[in-house]
Amino acid sequence: MTDTVIHTNGLTRKFGDFIAVNAISFEVKKGEIFGFLGANGAGKTTAMKILCGLLSPSSGEAKVAGYDVYTQNESIKKHIGYMSQKFSLYENLKVRENIKFYGGIYGLRGADLNQKTEQLINRLGLENEADKLVGSLPLGWKQKIAFSVAILHKPKIVFLDEPTGGVDPVTRRQFWDLIYEAANEGITVFVTTHYMDEAEYCDRVSIMVDGSIAALDTPEKLKEQFKTNSMEGVFLQLARNAKRSE
Amino acid sequence: MKVFLTLIKKEFWHVLRDKRSLVILLGLPIVMMLLFGFALTNEVKNSEVLILDFSKDQASQTLIDRIDHSEYFSIAGNLSSEKEIVSSFRKGKSRLAIIFPQDFQNSISHEKKAQIRLVADASDPNTANIVINYASAIIRDYQNELNEEKKLPYTINLETKMLYNPQLKSAFNFVPGVMTLIMMLLGAMMTSVSIVREKETGTMEVLLVSPMKPILVVLSKAIPYLLLCFTDIILILLMAVFVLGMTIQGSLVLLLAESILFIITTLSLGLLISTIASTQQIAMFISLVALMLPSLIFSGFMFPIENMPIPLQVISNLIPTKWYYSIVRSVMVKGLGFEYVIKPTLILIAMTLAYLFIAIKKFKIRLA
Repeated sequence: MTDTVIHTNGLTRKFGDFIAVNAISFEVKKGEIFGFLGANGAGKTTAMKILCGLLSPSSGEAKVAGYDVYTQNESIKKHIGYMSQKFSLYENLKVRENIKFYGGIYGLRGADLNQKTEQLINRLGLENEADKLVGSLPLGWKQKIAFSVAILHKPKIVFLDEPTGGVDPVTRRQFWDLIYEAANEGITVFVTTHYMDEAEYCDRVSIMVDGSIAALDTPEKLKEQFKTNSMEGVFLQLARNAKRSE
Repeated sequence: MKVFLTLIKKEFWHVLRDKRSLVILLGLPIVMMLLFGFALTNEVKNSEVLILDFSKDQASQTLIDRIDHSEYFSIAGNLSSEKEIVSSFRKGKSRLAIIFPQDFQNSISHEKKAQIRLVADASDPNTANIVINYASAIIRDYQNELNEEKKLPYTINLETKMLYNPQLKSAFNFVPGVMTLIMMLLGAMMTSVSIVREKETGTMEVLLVSPMKPILVVLSKAIPYLLLCFTDIILILLMAVFVLGMTIQGSLVLLLAESILFIITTLSLGLLISTIASTQQIAMFISLVALMLPSLIFSGFMFPIENMPIPLQVISNLIPTKWYYSIVRSVMVKGLGFEYVIKPTLILIAMTLAYLFIAIKKFKIRLA
C-alpha cells in the first residue's frame, strides 16, 4: 500500500442527471508516469479536479498521497503539484520572482527557497534570463519553468493537464526528458494529453470513454489487446464508440 | 500569514510593473480635479459688465466701483443708450448690463426708494441666473449699509445666506463627486479586471490547486488596491485644500474612515463582478456601464436626486455612491459629526456585506 499514491474505487461525479465520471477505479504507483487519455468531454478534467481536491465526488472512494478526497483535501493540496495547459506563469513577473512566488505559495521560504530557486535556475540554464520578465521568453521555456515550478516543493504527485499544447515536437521531446527526470526522483506523474506519441512514453495509460475507464494497461499490452501497432489505433477504436462529445 | 505576504508582494509587483495602469491610477484623480476645478466649472469669474449710468452721481459711482472690484465682474465699458445693450450682447462678450436711472442718489435719499435695472443675456440661462444673483448680492449689500447708516424704521431687510458654501464655490460640490467616482472606477474596475486576468491566464487555477485558501487569494488582490485608492483619496484632499483653497470642515479622521469603508464597498463590488465576468473586457464593460453610469446619474453629484421622478429616486437608494457622496458632503462641507452620518454609514456597511456574501457564494459555486 505504501507504493500506491493514487487509489480510486467506484469514483463517481454527477452534475444533476449528467454522470461526468462514472465509477472509475484505478491505482497509480509511486514514480509512475500515468497517462490519462480521453476525448474531449470524456470526463478527464472532472476526474482530475476531484483528485486535485477542487471538486468533491458524488460517490465512491479516492485517496491521493494517502489522503481522503472527501475530508482531507487541504492535505492533498500540500502534496501535489499542478500544471495546466496555459503554463500559468505571471507574464509581468521575472523568472526568479515567479519561481519564488510559487515556492512561497507552497510554504517554502527563507534560505531554503532561495537555494531551491537558484538550483532550479542553474539546472534549466536560465542564469541570463532569471531577471527577465516571463512574458518575453519563448513558449518552450515557459513550459519548462512552469513544470519545474510545479515540482519545486517536491510533491508526491504532479498533475499535468495537457502540458504540451501548442509546443513544437522538439520542445515536446525535451519536455518529456524533464518528466522522466522527475519520475526518477520518485515523483508520480499524472498526465493528460491528446498526443498519441506521448501516450507511448507513459508507463501505463488509461483511456476514458463517456465517463468510464474503457482500457487501462501499459502501451505495449494495450496495442496487443487491440491488435494494432500504435496507441492512436487503440484510442480510435475506443473513442469511435463514444456517445458523448464536447 | 507569511504565505499571505507572498501573495500581496506579488500583487504589488503586478501593479507597479504595469506602468500604464499606474499612470491611470494616480493620474486620473489629478486630471479630474484639475478639469473640474478649472475647466468644467460653473462659477462665473470676471464676467464683463456694461454700465448705462443716467445719473452719474456719487451713489451710482460707489456701486459701480464695488461691482468692478468684485472678483466676479469687470466693467467692460460705459454705454450711452439702451440700444447699445442689445448690440453688445450680440457681439457676445458681455452677459450683463446694469442700468442706473436718472437721479439715482436723489431717489435714494429723498424718496427712500430707487430702482436699478439688470439686463442679462439669457441665451445661456444658467450663467444668466448666476450673474444676476452675484450682481443682486452686491447691490443688496450696498443697500444694507445705507439702511444701517440711516436707521430707517419699518424696512424689511431680506438677508439671504448661503450656508456651508457662502461663495457658492463649485469645489464644494465636485470634490466629493470626484472622490466618489474615482473610488468607484478604480476600486471596482481594477480589482475585477485583475482577478479576471488570473482566470484568463490560468494562474487562478494553479492558485486554487495550491494549499492557499481561496479567500486569501481574493483578499491579497484587494489590499494593494485598497492602498492605492486610499492614496488617491489623500491626493484629492490635498489638491482640494492646497490647489482649490477648500477647507475640510469636519473631522479628517471620520472622513478618511468613511472613505476606507467606501473603498471596501467598491472592492467587494469588483469581486462580485469578477465572479460574473469571464474576460477582462467583460469585467471592464460591466464596471463602466453597470457602475459608472448609475453612479454618475444617481449620486446627486451631477443631477439633483430631489428633482427625479419617484421611481428613479427609489432606484437611487440602491446605488452605493449616493450614500458615500452624502457622507462626504456632510463631513467635509458641512462639518457634521459621526452622529449625522450613521444612517448612510450603516447602509454602506450593509451593502458591502451583501456584495461580499453573494461574491463568496458565487466563488464557491464555481469551485464545486
